[in-house]
Amino acid sequence: MTRYVAGRLLQAVVVVLIVTVIVFALLHSLPGGPARAILGIDATPAQMADFNHQQGFDQPLVVQYLQYLGRLLHGDLGRSFALNQDVSAVVTQRLPKTLLLTGVSTLVAMAVAVPLGVWQAVRRNRAGDYVVTALTFLAYSTPAFFLAFLAILLFSQAIPLFPAQAPQADTLAGILAEPAALVLPVATGAVTAIASFSRYMRSSTLDNLAEDYVRTARAKGTVERRVIWRHVGRNSLTPVITMLGYHIPVLFGGALVTESIFNYPGMGLAFWNAAQVSDYPVLLGVVLVIATATVIGSLLADLLQALIDPRVRGAHR
Amino acid sequence: MTAVAQPPPVPEVPATVPAPRAASVLRRLVRHRLAAAGLVVVGLLVVFSFLGPLVHPADQSVTNLQEASLPPGSAGHLLGTDGVGHDVLGRLMIGGRTSLIIGIATGLLATVIGTVYGAVSGYFGGRVDAVMMRVVDAGIAIPALFLLLTAAAIIRPSVTSMVLILGFVSWLVPARLVRAEALSLRTRDYVAAVRAVGGSGTRIILRHIVPNTVGTITVNATFQVADAILLIAYVSFLGLGVPPPATDWGGMLSDGVTNIYSGAWWLIFPPGLAIVLVVCAFNLIGDGLRDAFEIRRSR
Repeated sequence: MTRYVAGRLLQAVVVVLIVTVIVFALLHSLPGGPARAILGIDATPAQMADFNHQQGFDQPLVVQYLQYLGRLLHGDLGRSFALNQDVSAVVTQRLPKTLLLTGVSTLVAMAVAVPLGVWQAVRRNRAGDYVVTALTFLAYSTPAFFLAFLAILLFSQAIPLFPAQAPQADTLAGILAEPAALVLPVATGAVTAIASFSRYMRSSTLDNLAEDYVRTARAKGTVERRVIWRHVGRNSLTPVITMLGYHIPVLFGGALVTESIFNYPGMGLAFWNAAQVSDYPVLLGVVLVIATATVIGSLLADLLQALIDPRVRGAHR
Repeated sequence: MTAVAQPPPVPEVPATVPAPRAASVLRRLVRHRLAAAGLVVVGLLVVFSFLGPLVHPADQSVTNLQEASLPPGSAGHLLGTDGVGHDVLGRLMIGGRTSLIIGIATGLLATVIGTVYGAVSGYFGGRVDAVMMRVVDAGIAIPALFLLLTAAAIIRPSVTSMVLILGFVSWLVPARLVRAEALSLRTRDYVAAVRAVGGSGTRIILRHIVPNTVGTITVNATFQVADAILLIAYVSFLGLGVPPPATDWGGMLSDGVTNIYSGAWWLIFPPGLAIVLVVCAFNLIGDGLRDAFEIRRSR
């Protein structure tokens, strides 16, 4: 187990390093380089040369990359020129809110998708299974923003149950204090996730139902309900947990859309606003933070799976 | 309408690996009623987007504020007009053209890059594979939508640039899938035989490994098209898609959103439903192909 954890950790560090190279390359592919991007189109060549010299942009790329890494290690992500604020401050203010939104909608999604998938597998190829499969298929093919509109039209306009705007509070507690305003953003994120997870859960349960241990359990006279939920359900969960790890980038992408529609004050909204005004430090900083969060997330998913399923530890990928 | 069902090329398969013949794949695909329905829907949408303007010509480059925001059924405008006077039905056609071209071209580009990358990585294995796959991990860690918006802020979007950027963020999944198959294919006897008679690595990868992953590739390519159409819709919706007067279905929806509170449903539902329809259709075809190629669920 120690060896597996160490190997997997090393892998994660390497991946994060490659991400920094990609972001560094993006920074240098900006039209006119970082100087033009930060000083604006009015900058004179002299000003740009001066800026490049001050920032060390006239040094060899390798040196620049190492300096960039050094700044990252000190938590320096650059400074937003649209918000006139350090990018790290933007991130620390907003990342927890995004994690709250994606966390809650993922929990809601799992709470619905896991029993739903098992239920579908047990009732395989019957009317109920077909109806749910059709619905999840439809949900999977619907862009989140269209889903969000339908939700706003239905539950905010036609039947005014929930506000169309997410909570605007500055603190997590303030956001949680307005649960009604959280319903639509959370539900929008959850529906798309339910569509994917229930499909994994259904096929994973089907695989497990065909295993010998199920026959053994039944032969011993175990009650069917116990066979399904205790034995099959539990074993079927492991692949879904790995999928959850792979799914983290999708969740963040979804948060970007949900936050910009419901005006939820998270990282996604900050990123979207930055994209409108080409605020590169924020764009690149957020990409780096989100990618790192994704790597950590899939690392945790893998470790969790190794903890649940001992077979994984041996089979080193 | 079955004309759209291009049978996948028959791979030159050695006897050791029984792969379904193209004809039987096609037969099973058509028997799969939902997949057949998907094929029909895609065919109809292609005809609608590419041939529709011949039947229903509508100027999409000039704005006409005197005919702005007309409801459906107005003279000459079956689906009404948008906020600047474009005919919605005509706009739906040219928007569909952009969505379909970008979606299909991206799917193909991503599949080609991913297949070659994955086959090389899996064929060589060991250290090469480890390094190549960490690059894929890093690419997957950056959510596509974030990378796309960053790129769109750097380069002014056009159909070509969108296809290139989307292609470069979408090849990672097929790379992983093909690599996994290549890892097992390279240990087969016939690969050893080719190597023994002096076949080069390039020849083994292109003639023996890639053709044997054709099922996985075809199925994944179909899903890639569906995902690419969704992604381009997201980018356009977030305001960084192809600039007007060109548009795509996501961009139309984005323009229509401003009218969400004025009850102009005809600016929201037609493009929204068109996206759902085409993505659903490609996903159904992908599911059908997976059954036809008898591939275990890979997503």
